[in-house]
Amino acid sequence: MKPPRFEYFSPRSLSETVAILAEHGDGAKVLAGGQSLLPLLNMRLARPSVLVDINRVSRLDTVRPHGTGGVAIGATVRQRSLHGDPTLLDRLPILGTASQFIGHQQIRSRGTICGSLAHADPAAELPALAVALEAEMVASSASGERVLPAADFFVDYLTTVLEPTEVLTEVRFPGPPAGMRWAFLEMSRRHGDFALAGVVAGLSTSDDGSSIKAARLVVFGVAGTPVRASAVEAALVGQPPTDSVLTDAAAEATRLLDPPADVHGSGAYRRALAQTLTVRALQACRESHGTAEPAT
Amino acid sequence: MAVRQTVRVRVNGLERVAETDVRRTLVDFLREDLGLTGTHVGCEHGVCGACTVLMGGQAVRACIMLAVQADGAELLTVEGLASPDGTLHPIQEAFREKHGLQCGFCTPGILMTTCELLASTPSPSTEEIKDWLSGHLCRCTGYQQIIESIQLAATRMASDQMVLSAQ
Ligand SMILES: Cc1cc2nc3c(=O)[nH]c(=O)nc-3n(C[C@H](O)[C@H](O)[C@H](O)COP(=O)(O)OP(=O)(O)OC[C@H]3O[C@@H](n4cnc5c(N)ncnc54)[C@H](O)[C@@H]3O)c2cc1C
Ligand code: FES
Ligand code: FES
Repeated sequence: MKPPRFEYFSPRSLSETVAILAEHGDGAKVLAGGQSLLPLLNMRLARPSVLVDINRVSRLDTVRPHGTGGVAIGATVRQRSLHGDPTLLDRLPILGTASQFIGHQQIRSRGTICGSLAHADPAAELPALAVALEAEMVASSASGERVLPAADFFVDYLTTVLEPTEVLTEVRFPGPPAGMRWAFLEMSRRHGDFALAGVVAGLSTSDDGSSIKAARLVVFGVAGTPVRASAVEAALVGQPPTDSVLTDAAAEATRLLDPPADVHGSGAYRRALAQTLTVRALQACRESHGTAEPAT
Repeated sequence: MAVRQTVRVRVNGLERVAETDVRRTLVDFLREDLGLTGTHVGCEHGVCGACTVLMGGQAVRACIMLAVQADGAELLTVEGLASPDGTLHPIQEAFREKHGLQCGFCTPGILMTTCELLASTPSPSTEEIKDWLSGHLCRCTGYQQIIESIQLAATRMASDQMVLSAQ
């Protein structure tokens, strides 16, 4: 099928962009990489009256260091930068590892990092990473700028707190806690498909590896938004990273999940998958302790 | 804002200009407005890879991009692979020899992805080839011959490169 009719704007500056969005409000949609929006238009599942293409807006295509060990990524930076951009690879290699799961090379060449966050597919990798790494979203509109923590950004399936008059201009990933080892795992039927379930885990341990100093745990693809298991993270602190501790943590982190069922798997299957992946991810974090490379 | 716009692109080395609907996808622009029907349209939602072309050297889906977004871009489509005298590109030659195609519907897209793959990774591992091919569906070949075609093309192009640099 073909896209429905719309008016097309290709602003060159941010001020022009937010002015167009302010004028057209609800009827307008931002067009970034188009790798989710164009399929929706082709299938006529979306019918915006106005498209605001931000690809030619100046200064949105940069990756810059942010704080100690962090990165700030502009709205038109492509997903392929996650495994190619030197600043990103150097500072947050876990993003590069995880990005290999986002669709295919051909999709990542166009799809943007911020676009995936704004689209907020519950089975997408980047929203889960943003929550796990405590990223902040910078949203701009004609009335100014808001900085939104990832924890408050995702509301539900394909829904964020962004207003129709706002554009996400940047995502800021702070430097992760020192010494934290990360692992990213997901399961899909075919390479490049959206995840049936996935997990982002981070663990730091005492120097001798005998007790857990801090933990991060986010599961995705199993609810309307990524789910951070904050209580489990807190409970892990001070415990030894033994198999039984990690297995119990995974069971607790996924106990209350009630994932939706679809043609790819039942809810119960997804929850079991999330639990298994969580154990493996936590073990991978533990095993990579003391090695130079983060877990993959 | 108009619903039609002039789009200027360089396709296969030639400057092309046409007025088109702003809602026209790039693949329809290539096929309908420029008459370049070598690029195929399958699923129209980014999944099958039939419409893949190179934009600025990168393999992208022409079905989920608007033609107006390609304004000013450098494009390469399957028509640009063979020489003007009809001599096949080494990648095409390898696909022919190794039976990398049957019906040929998926082939133009796979050839374009192979172009970027071999330009960025001249000697890809089988795993790397499979990773790039994951963005393409082929209902005929079972993929094995496609992988072999790409391996053959890589070997030939690498040795051509050595001959060139020795000269
Ligand atoms: C075959 C295929 C496989 C895929 N597989 C995966 C996968 O495994 N994992 C995954 O995560 N994704 C996958 N995707 C989706 C892909 O990652 C998209 O690129 C991403 O979801 C959206 O980013 P985009 O830049 O393409 O945004 P667009 O498609 O341009 O926009 C998507 C939505 O976000 C809004 N939006 C975009 N940018 C902004 C902004 N800066 N400010 C405000 N609103 C904005 C748009 O208005 C629209 O509603 C796949 C896509 C395809 C076609
Ligand atoms: S037609 Fe473009 S990916 Fe299928
Ligand atoms: S050769 Fe027929 S689909 Fe690939």
